[in-house]
Formats: sequence, C-alpha cells, structure tokens
Amino acid sequence: MSNKVIQAMYNDDDVLMDAVKEVRAAHYHIDEVYTPFPVHGLDKAMGLKGTRIAITAFMYGCVGFSFAIWMMNYMMIEQWPQDIGGKPSMSFFLNMPAFIPIMFELSVFFAAHLMVITFYMRSRLWPFKEAENPDPRTTDDMFVMEVAVDGNEAELVSFLEKTGTVEIKVTEKH
Amino acid sequence: MSSHYEAPIRRPLIDGDKSYHDITVEVAAPVEGKANKLWWTAFAIALTAFLWGLGSIIYTIGTGIGVWGLNKTVGWAWDITNFVWWVGIGHAGTLISAVLLLFRQKWRMGINRSAEAMTIFSVVQAGLFPVIHMGRVWNAHFVLPIPNQFGTLWTNFNSPLLWDVFAISTYLSVSLVFWWTGLLPDFAMLRDRAVKPFQKKIYSLLSFGWSGRAKDWQRFEEVSLVLAGLATPLVLSVHTIVSFDFATSVIPGWHTTIFPPYFVAGAVFSGFAMVNTLLIIMRKVSNLEAYITLQHIELMNIVIMITGSIVGCAYITELFIAWYSGVEYEQYAFLNRATGPYWWAYLLMMSCNVFSPQFMWSKKLRQSITFSFIISIVVNVGMWFERFVIIVTSLHRDYLPSSWTMFSPTFVDIGIYVGTIGFFFVLFLLYARTFPVIAQAEVKSILKSSGENYKKLRDRNHE
Repeated sequence: MSNKVIQAMYNDDDVLMDAVKEVRAAHYHIDEVYTPFPVHGLDKAMGLKGTRIAITAFMYGCVGFSFAIWMMNYMMIEQWPQDIGGKPSMSFFLNMPAFIPIMFELSVFFAAHLMVITFYMRSRLWPFKEAENPDPRTTDDMFVMEVAVDGNEAELVSFLEKTGTVEIKVTEKH
Repeated sequence: MSSHYEAPIRRPLIDGDKSYHDITVEVAAPVEGKANKLWWTAFAIALTAFLWGLGSIIYTIGTGIGVWGLNKTVGWAWDITNFVWWVGIGHAGTLISAVLLLFRQKWRMGINRSAEAMTIFSVVQAGLFPVIHMGRVWNAHFVLPIPNQFGTLWTNFNSPLLWDVFAISTYLSVSLVFWWTGLLPDFAMLRDRAVKPFQKKIYSLLSFGWSGRAKDWQRFEEVSLVLAGLATPLVLSVHTIVSFDFATSVIPGWHTTIFPPYFVAGAVFSGFAMVNTLLIIMRKVSNLEAYITLQHIELMNIVIMITGSIVGCAYITELFIAWYSGVEYEQYAFLNRATGPYWWAYLLMMSCNVFSPQFMWSKKLRQSITFSFIISIVVNVGMWFERFVIIVTSLHRDYLPSSWTMFSPTFVDIGIYVGTIGFFFVLFLLYARTFPVIAQAEVKSILKSSGENYKKLRDRNHE
C-alpha cells in the first residue's frame, strides 16, 4: 500500500469545516488536520472520539486524596503521635479537620500535574521534540487537511480542488 | 457564518480590521523587534532595585534577621506584609484564566497570558519572604515531609503555616503548567516564524514540538477546561489558607471567621489592580491596543469596584462584630487600629481600598485610561497598608502594656521589599520581550465572533 498523502491547504476555518464534511461524505479517509487554533466542532466533523483525559484527571485526583490521607495518618498518627498544643494526635478522625486543607491541595496537585503529563505524553509533546506540522504557516493562518491516497489519485485531487482549497501538495508519508 | 454568531449588544473585543495573519504579526512583533530605550531604562531601574534587594537578603542571611526592624512585641511585620501582598497580587492571573474560562467570558483571551505571567512572578516574590524569615535558609527543605536524619521528625500537619507551604507550592506549580500548556501553540507560532537559527532553536525547545493536530487541540481544550476547574477552588483555597495563618491564632484582631472570604476578595482586588497597572503600559508600548481594548480595562475596573466594596463591607463587619462580641480585647484591638498610633495607616487603607474604587461607578472615569492607571496604583498602596494594619496594629499593643511598642523598618526591610518589586519587574520586562504576550491562538478562535470587522459585516447582513 502506498503511503502517499494529499495535503490540501485552506485559508479559512469555515471553508475547512465544509471541506472536512464533504471529504467524509465522499468516504475518503482524513489522516490528519493541522490548524493554527482550536476550530470548534472540527473533532466531531472529523469523527474523532472524545478525549478521556478528564476521566484520568479525576482518577489522579483520587490518588492524590488517598496519598494525602495515607501520608498524614502515617506521619502524625501512627509513626510518631505527638501532643501539640494540648491536642493529642491519637486518632485520625479526631485530627482530620486539620488535615483537610492538605488533602484538598494534594488532590489538586496530583490531578493537575498528572493530567498535564498524560496530555504531553499522549500528544507527544516534550522538550527537544521535533515539530511535525507539514507547513510553517499552519501555526499562522493556514489549515492543512491530509487525505490518504487510496486508488485514483487524480480523481481525489480534482475532488479536493472543488472544496475551496488554496494549495494542494502530494507527498510521501514517512 | 451563523456558527460565529454573537449578540450585537456585545462590543467587539478585537478592534480594527484584523485577519488571522495580522494577529500573528502583531503578537510576534514585540518579540521579533528590538528593545527601545524606554525598555532598557525600565530594565536598568528594575535590575538595580533587584540587586539592592539581593544585597539586603544576603546581608540578612549572613547576619541574621536581627537586622530587620522586628522586636519582641512585633515579631511579624514587613516580611509577612510583603508575603501576603504578593500572594494577593498573584490571584488575578488564575482568576482571569480559570474562573473567566468557566464562565465563558471571551474578554479573558486578550489578557490571560500576561495576567498568568504576573501571577507566577508575584508568587515567586511571595515565596521568598517565608524562606528568608526562617533565618537559616539552608534548612528550608525542613518544611517538606521528607525522610531525614532524625528518623521520625515529620512536619506538623496541624499547623496553618504548613498548610500554606502546600497551598503556595501547589498554586505556583499548577499555575505554571496551566500557563505553559497555553503557551505551547504560541511558542510554536514564534518557532515557525523565526528566521535566526538560535531563535528557532529556543522556540522549538519551548514549544515542545507542538504541531496543532486536531486531536492535540481537542485534548488541549479539555485539559484547559479541567485545569480551570481545578484552579478555581485552588485559587480560593490559597488566600483562604494564607488567612488561616492569622485566623487560627488567638491574637485579637486576627482571630476572626470573616478572614477567608475577606482575604480572597482583597486578593482579587489587588491582583486586578496590578493587571491594570501592567497592561495599561504594555498595550501602549507593544502596540497591542487592538487586543487589550478600553473595554478590557473597563471590565477590570468593574471587578476592582466590586471587590473593593466587598473588602469595605468586611472592614465594617469586623468593626461591628468586635463591638457586638462584647469582648474587650477584641474591641480594643479595633479601636486601637482605627484611632491608635497607627490611625494614619488605617485611614490610608480605608481611603485607598474602600473610597477610591467607588469612583468607578462613573462610566466616564472607568473608561479613562489615566484615571484607571492612577486608581490601580492607589489600590495596591492601599492593599499593602491593609496587610500592614492587620499585622502590626494587632501585635504592637499586646496584653502587657509595658511591652507596647511601635515598629519601624530598617534599611534592610525596605531594601528587600523594593528588591522584590525590582525582581518582579525584571521578570515581567524579560517576559514582555520574549514571550507571546497575547494568547494568539485563543484570540484567533474568537476573531470571527468578537472581531470588530466581522461584527460589522454581520450587522450589515442583518439589516
């Protein structure tokens, strides 16, 4: 199977949206769309599944909450209970009101940082990572749709030309 | 274009006839251009102040905190005043980026980047004070619950000061990743425009290889939303916990249940004022008046007016509750605060924080840039005095009249305070020259709904 893709470039988000819908309706396969800003509704139009990253954030938050409880219980109640200011640390539940601020902070800390790390890993973003947008203008004002070539290339090109594209390029995908 | 509909009653947030490319060019211009004389002058002044502060900090660490003006009655003064002041200023950034995101306020887009930068830089200043107040800064890691050579020596989780450690570090680090995640697409824009190899390298590194795939944007928006949802209670918790430093003590004047909401309102108040101070200058110097419009300034003035009035209510409630409690220590603390030897500080606080924002009821005044700038400075002077009044007047006349005293700062106290202001401006000035100061990707996403040209076009079609 050839790895050829056609990169169709658009200069307007509304034209791009219509083009994406047309291409999907004609049963061509959209490999990727690169845009300079979040185009609302594009993911649905492309048929992308919803992201589950918010669910991971909730789970990470639960981890942080449990970690906070375990840590404070271990350090203040189990390992070395002390009588601070006439308030002895004998039971977790009697001391718990004082632990609430840190339980909250650690839940947020874990949820936020681990979610962001998950995002960076899943979207392959890290220092020294090479950018993969096909054209430098896609971070400025251009939108690129990559369509896989499957069968008649000329037919696909002429189809895409009718969708309002301003530039078309056929390249080999590495 | 029906999908970009916005009620005609809403005023445009992006002035002029802009295209997506114009936004790119104008946001990149301050980074790609050369610094002018004004920038270098401001930078030199800020750097001098920072170095003076650094000298004062080194002197403090080398000699001990005896070089400050503290005495045995007033054991907390400028250090904690400055700490609370800076943390308070640091509240506007997250409020703008998180709370306004949850409320879908589009006007946040023009100002959130700089407001978040301001947040991070001011929380850095705030963090310095507790650390140097420890005296032996090389033991600063003792505030963290880490295994150590003493085996079972853990931190005291009952202490509000330790809650503060967790709150401030969570706040700083979460604000930083929130800011950085939003910066990735904008760094990518600078990277793709850069012509000099060195610049290209730096911005490639900073942008983490952002490519702008549809899936990345989907995750980006979800992550921003969840971070906003997490940061909103976080920002409220931070100043609540700062207020616990005082409220959970048994000092009359500090031991009040009103402190958390009162501190949070004051923090938002001073933070928005600082955003106004910085952005009124930046929009002019960096030619960003089309993105940080008069409407942005006006809306921030309204927030200042409302939070200033909440703070005013808190001041009056405090006085009422002191009287109503029937506790004579409490009553004396507030009587002394308003009419004692520090009456001038109390008066300054009242006039700057409660009286001055009331001018913003007038549409003419809140749309005046010069007036907004003056009020933004006045508010932050007032908020510094608020913390000074709360802290020093509650301490300087304690239970034992023989130890009643006054506080006077030494040159070291002043040096460290001025130094943090210098440090803050050093960071902000560097930021203004090297970072995309407007969240250009997000601004582009509202251009068709809130840009002046598109709004006009739509209005014409409807006629």
